[in-house]
Amino acid sequence: MTNWGGGLLSSVKDRDWHRVRGRAAKLLTTPLHPDDYLSLINPLWSARELRGRIERVVPETEDAATLVIKPGWGAKFDYKPGQYIGIGVEVEGRYHWRSYSLSSPPSMKGRLFTITVRAMPEGFLSEHLVRGLAPGTIVRLAAPAGEFVLPNPPPPKMLFLVGGSGITPVMSMLRTLDRRDTMPDVVMAYSSPTPERMIFRTELLELAERHPVLRLHEQHTETQGMLTVDALDRICPDWRERETWACGPGPMLDAAEDFWEEAGLSDQLHLERFSLEIDSEGAEGGTITFRNSGKTIEVDGATTLLEAGEKVGVGMPYGCRMGICHTCTITMASGRIRDLRSGEEHFEPNESIQTCVTVAAGDCTLDI
Amino acid sequence: MAISDVKEYTHLSEEEIEALGRELDQIRADIEASRGAADAAYINRLITIQRTLAAAGRVTLFASKYPPAWVAGTAMLGIAKILENMEIGHNVMHGQWDWMNDPEIHSSNWEWDTAQPAEQWKHSHNYVHHQFTNVLGYDNDIGYGILRMAREQKWHPVNLGQPVYNTLLALLFQWGVALHDLDIESIRKGKKDPKEMKRQLRQIGRKIRRQIGKDYVLYPLLSGPAFLSTLKANAAANLMRNVWSYMIIFCGHFPDGAMHFTEEEIEDETRPEWYLRQVLGAANFEGGPLLHVMSGNLGYQIEHHLFPDLPSNRYREISLRVRKLCEDYGIPYTTGPLHRQYGQALRTIWKLSVPNSWTSNDTPPPPPSRFRGRRSDAERPPRRIETGIWQGRASA
Repeated sequence: MTNWGGGLLSSVKDRDWHRVRGRAAKLLTTPLHPDDYLSLINPLWSARELRGRIERVVPETEDAATLVIKPGWGAKFDYKPGQYIGIGVEVEGRYHWRSYSLSSPPSMKGRLFTITVRAMPEGFLSEHLVRGLAPGTIVRLAAPAGEFVLPNPPPPKMLFLVGGSGITPVMSMLRTLDRRDTMPDVVMAYSSPTPERMIFRTELLELAERHPVLRLHEQHTETQGMLTVDALDRICPDWRERETWACGPGPMLDAAEDFWEEAGLSDQLHLERFSLEIDSEGAEGGTITFRNSGKTIEVDGATTLLEAGEKVGVGMPYGCRMGICHTCTITMASGRIRDLRSGEEHFEPNESIQTCVTVAAGDCTLDI
Repeated sequence: MAISDVKEYTHLSEEEIEALGRELDQIRADIEASRGAADAAYINRLITIQRTLAAAGRVTLFASKYPPAWVAGTAMLGIAKILENMEIGHNVMHGQWDWMNDPEIHSSNWEWDTAQPAEQWKHSHNYVHHQFTNVLGYDNDIGYGILRMAREQKWHPVNLGQPVYNTLLALLFQWGVALHDLDIESIRKGKKDPKEMKRQLRQIGRKIRRQIGKDYVLYPLLSGPAFLSTLKANAAANLMRNVWSYMIIFCGHFPDGAMHFTEEEIEDETRPEWYLRQVLGAANFEGGPLLHVMSGNLGYQIEHHLFPDLPSNRYREISLRVRKLCEDYGIPYTTGPLHRQYGQALRTIWKLSVPNSWTSNDTPPPPPSRFRGRRSDAERPPRRIETGIWQGRASA
């Protein structure tokens, strides 16, 4: 999700001030960018990497919070409701990146936007975001992305299938529909263990009261059991006529995918999956994909990424081949690799890695 | 012959060298495990100080026609350039801060405030110099293709001018460095690929245009009537940086005690042997914290060569452990005050400008090495496959 310069700067060039900064001033600050100096005055005055400042952390439930973020220069947040954003947070000196759905409708007043995060067990970053982030903290951001979006105009009949923190992109859509006053016929099936753990429950009840066309089905799984697709005919008998957006835990989405496919209605189902695929822990080797050329190679756990790239004829940069010179450093877009020197595994998206001393520990995609 | 036949450690058995390697690996592992918020705060603070100094220096120099402003502005700008080149640029480009996963402080895209393009520096320095440290014929940093710095190098009447070349190199250091990766010697011998040379020259040209434009055109113009005094101030700041970085760098491998190696000595070199060569080929100098920051912590040259990509602010702590190891294993550890180290380098430059027979050797030649004959594969210690050993040599 990290933006390593380039594309980002071009996106701000349409603004005169940024153009002046980018051209004349750069000659004065070469080899640095003027923003490298301006951000000394205000950390948000830089478009080199998108930045944001945490304005408030609003608790939603016992284990979830909404982060209100003020974006810095260059961040153009004309995102579509339902999209997610990358957020990079410094913990113990190191930037960690995750993606979260935006929960605010686009172009809020005051140019603020929000993401809503649930602290996952063992998810150290989500825990940090919910409980450890002080207002005023500067974070890095990556441009909004994602295909799970609300069309404009919205379809006449919609169904939302939501489980747990899968509510966030849907909330952005509902808030947008509410604000534009274009709420169509909407059925929303939302399951959560208890009413207390249901993020945005109060606001949803209010919305349902204000918009008679919005029908909310709450499923409290601790008392009522899981919401299964078989129950759909009861909750929403006309689901076949509706365009459906589903977001939630993997098994729920798998079930929905199968169900819609059996009904021959896959086109009407939109899915958003959250979970990182990190189940290959401890694996040896895997398939390496080189993103720019599309080349792939299957390797064992002893072939370095550098050797693998050379085998399929990718022009891998290299120098010492012993991990000291960093010539071979490239970005891993996704996947899991192991450092041969320390045995440490790296699996965060867009991490820079040294290909000469790392091997695949599962499938991975390299940005080269 | 292998590196382990070099006099300084013929007393070490293969097992001992392996054990030393493990101890050094452990130092790396300990530092890597303890890198954290305090280290990140260090480099961020230093970058803030450096940029503030640079900006303050530039602004002060708008009033450069007043002598106190000229002096203050020049000093601030000169110090900013020194910090940027040494403790920030050099170390960031080594990947010392890559672990922070911050694209704004990363070896892959850092560009520094000097005439040489970062990409060429990373090749000539991080790769050629750091891998082939002090190996005659491989490491172009032995005299930078201009000076004769090892008695093993053949004397030529041209070397008589060394004291002059040396002075010029000190004054024009950034321009010398800018041309370093072109490898003048290989151009002279007609071995350089003309296409690659053209590409490099274009890259250098672009960088130089920007550097000159900034220091000698734009800022002087912005000072209006003080055009000339600002231009002189910028030249003085660059000169400060040139002479200082030249001196620090000459203290890294040229004082007495820093050894040279031959191609044969690095044949079949293992990782622990590579470590040993780094210790024997480098020289430290002593001083307070400010001196070490101003010299990019290259006073810990030995530690830097052992762990070129560990954060520089940790070299002091590493040096305590490395020094202890050297004592335990009976390996020489070259260090001394800055003036003595530089004095020795200077003496070598002067002495080697004349044929060997006219002067005495400051480091007595090693006794004839214990010849063990070539070892078969079965006799060699197992290689660490991940280090790749010397497969990369051909591309240098």
